[in-house]
Amino acid sequence: MVGGVVTKVGSLDSNKTGSWRSFRPVIDREKCIGCGLCKKFCPDVCIEIKDKKAEVDYDYCKGCLICKSVCPVQAISSEEEEK
Amino acid sequence: MVKKIAEGSHAVAEVVRLLNPDVLAMYPITPSTHIPERLSDFESDGELDGTIIRVDSEFSAMSALVGASATGVRTYTATSSQGLALMHEVLFVASAMRLPIVITVVNRALSAPLNIFNDWQDSISERDSGWIQMYGEDSQEVADLMVQAYRIAEDKRVLLPVMVCMDGFFLSHTYDVIDVPEDLKGFVPPYKPEHAYLDPKRPQTQGAWAMQEPYFELRKELEEAVGAALPVIKEVHDEFAKVFGRSYGGGAIDVYGEGDTVVVSMGSVCTNLKVLADRLGFQVVRVRCYRPFPAEDVKKALEGKKAVAVFEKDVAYGTGHGALYNDVRACTTGKAVNFIVGLGGLDVPINALEKMCGEIDAMNDGETRWQR
Repeated sequence: MVGGVVTKVGSLDSNKTGSWRSFRPVIDREKCIGCGLCKKFCPDVCIEIKDKKAEVDYDYCKGCLICKSVCPVQAISSEEEEK
Repeated sequence: MVKKIAEGSHAVAEVVRLLNPDVLAMYPITPSTHIPERLSDFESDGELDGTIIRVDSEFSAMSALVGASATGVRTYTATSSQGLALMHEVLFVASAMRLPIVITVVNRALSAPLNIFNDWQDSISERDSGWIQMYGEDSQEVADLMVQAYRIAEDKRVLLPVMVCMDGFFLSHTYDVIDVPEDLKGFVPPYKPEHAYLDPKRPQTQGAWAMQEPYFELRKELEEAVGAALPVIKEVHDEFAKVFGRSYGGGAIDVYGEGDTVVVSMGSVCTNLKVLADRLGFQVVRVRCYRPFPAEDVKKALEGKKAVAVFEKDVAYGTGHGALYNDVRACTTGKAVNFIVGLGGLDVPINALEKMCGEIDAMNDGETRWQR
């Protein structure tokens, strides 16, 4: 591994960066209108819209909560992670 | 080979053209300007195969070379002073990513006050960047060092970036009789990296984030790699001497003359010191390879000597000495003194050097004198 070159493909599968999270975004499925704004703003591509509702991939969500601040209907709240 | 009268910078540019780098990033700065200028001439005349990128700063120049070298091609740039300082951040990236980038540093003083003339503060300030640093005594040696630099940098046992340093104006802007090789006689084979290159069949991540443990290990590996380059530097020097018929001591240091007193220095000031060595009967140890520092060679050269005097054009601020002195000091328990000379291009005439050499006996161990 001269110079730290990584040739192993797909190391992201085993390196679940969601463990870095201090706060987790929680979607209120009743309030969510499925507009997809949170998905567009998520810097880690961790939000999918399924059946017109937002769903978070907690394996990789680092808890930046940008989704919470851009949600137009305040459907996203946050909870502190317990370690 | 054809001997011709050439400006130092132009000799470097001609050799670089022969070395055929694929990507050259250029942001001219005094006194390195004549190198990119001449390379641009070659490009306009269709004599340069590589691509010149006209970048918007030296930070961009080094960044462009890191990107290019990471794809697995040969790269080049030249810079001086503030330009090298602006590259600082990226220099550490290049060395730790083990990218064999070669640059010519045309040594110039750092601001402030603004000054365009020669001293070594620019490259000396990058001594801990993990780059190999070689200093040439005359333009012939600098041109030859360029050839050796690519062989060293791209050697599978090394894989490190190299700075070839030449004194600004004294070498870069003066004309000399220079043997510019017409072909490289296969001395520098094409760069074919096995560690870092762009190939969809072998996807890879370079310059990745690393947690504490791998970071620590990679930094330790870098230090080991810089140290391990020393025997390769000597080997390449010796082989170059066989192929091209020019030798510079032994690759790491160049020992000249005989005497109980040893004068240590680097670069073009050594020519006058060698003249004085003949006249006054001392020995000159010229450090060719400053990083990795050839401590064992210097130790051996200083063994049993009466005194050592280090002449240098830089200051390791806060230590009371120059950086070269501090390195040499660690190689001897005997008397060692330091002369800081030529900062900001202050002339170092031979009669001033002679006067300083005459002061060595009366100086105390560890004393530093500033030439004015």
